[in-house]
Amino acid sequence: MSFLRKVWAIFAKDIAAELHTREMVSAMLVFSVLALLIFSFALDLRGAMARAAAPGVLWVTVTFAGTLGLSRSLAREQQSGCMDGLLLAPVDRSAIFFGKALGNLAFMAVVEIVLLPLFAALFDVPLLRPGVLLVMALGTLGYSAVGTLLAAIAVNTRAREVMLPILLLPLAVPLLIAAVQATAALVEGATLAEAGGWLRLLVVYDLVIIAVSMLTFGYVVEE
Amino acid sequence: MRKDDIVGLVMAALSSAAVLIALGMVFLYAPREATMGDVQRIFYFHVASAWVGFFGFFVTFLAGIAYLARQERRWDILALSSVEIGLTFIAMAVVTGSLWARPAWGTYWTWEPRLTISAVQLLIYISYVMLRAAIENPQQKARFAAVYGIVAFVTVPLSWFAIRWWRTIHPDILTGGEGMALTARMVHTLLVSLGAFTLLYFTLLRQRVRLERAADALAGLKEHLSPIAYRESRIADRESRIADR
Repeated sequence: MSFLRKVWAIFAKDIAAELHTREMVSAMLVFSVLALLIFSFALDLRGAMARAAAPGVLWVTVTFAGTLGLSRSLAREQQSGCMDGLLLAPVDRSAIFFGKALGNLAFMAVVEIVLLPLFAALFDVPLLRPGVLLVMALGTLGYSAVGTLLAAIAVNTRAREVMLPILLLPLAVPLLIAAVQATAALVEGATLAEAGGWLRLLVVYDLVIIAVSMLTFGYVVEE
Repeated sequence: MRKDDIVGLVMAALSSAAVLIALGMVFLYAPREATMGDVQRIFYFHVASAWVGFFGFFVTFLAGIAYLARQERRWDILALSSVEIGLTFIAMAVVTGSLWARPAWGTYWTWEPRLTISAVQLLIYISYVMLRAAIENPQQKARFAAVYGIVAFVTVPLSWFAIRWWRTIHPDILTGGEGMALTARMVHTLLVSLGAFTLLYFTLLRQRVRLERAADALAGLKEHLSPIAYRESRIADRESRIADR
């Protein structure tokens, strides 16, 4: 079986498991909508204020919802003993990493597909632009990659779910700054070229993080 | 006295002397800065602390790679010792930066890029220490810490660029008067401070590594001498004697 087929098999397993229970995506979705509600009360998101705060609110919602899904995704593997099975199977450790990271990416993408139009409609912010979608894709890619690695660490600690945000958020600082700034520029009507510096930073972050996670994931899951 | 202790004493004496010389130069040799006055003298130790902080995290990064490659306990000891010292110094850099910001810019905190990245590093490595504290199994602890130390350090340059661009896009009026012109005497003082703090880092590192080794040795002895281990060894003895008969 080729490398890509193995990655695909692990990814398909995660999707199938999620389709049975739908617990992860539904929890992330409900959380995201609640977060929007809280933010709109806390910041009084109307008119110019909504436009100014939108990129930050959007990314905070996405990253926090992401930590929910990430810790659940790896905790499920651990509890069901599925991780042991995966490790016994004749697949490369990096294939497991890519499979899990792709699964998490897909779950976050589903949440974003619902969240973006809702956000745009509720607060009247033009988020449904190709540029913004590109930023969402790049940001979510890097976040789910580093998140998958750190969630695999966090589920093995005593504090479990509490540990993931503590490990993940400080390492996501450059990603968040770049994503928020790029989104803000694009919402204000900048072209892709004008937001190019931030986009390049996102791409570099994604590449560096994926490379390091791929190399180190094996040490995290081995017993 | 053992040779080890003598080396430790000499290093401690040298770094004490170096820090005292640096302190003397900060107050007696370096000139009074024109616009900020005496307050600026905190700059020398502030920069030196930040340097040692980042250097300490870099050593942890290298030790993490070495640990993953070799799986030897000594690399883990080096990584954890260096992180603790790095944390102390980066905390000093953040505090001295904030003390400096108050008289210089009228506020305890400005989102000046270098100060901000120091604060981000402080938080990352606090997480590192919390991670270690949350794992029981020593091998797993060492492996996870090594991975986290590596991933954390590769985000440092990315954070640096992100924070710097972020600040230049929103120029901060408070930090408008940046770009302090350094005279030759100021440069000398800064270099001596950097040297003194680096020496202090190695002295502390050596002591911390020895402390951890002593703790390991103690844990081993305790294991060896515990009542259960004692009883088990007696049972094994008796069984072997019975077998001999």
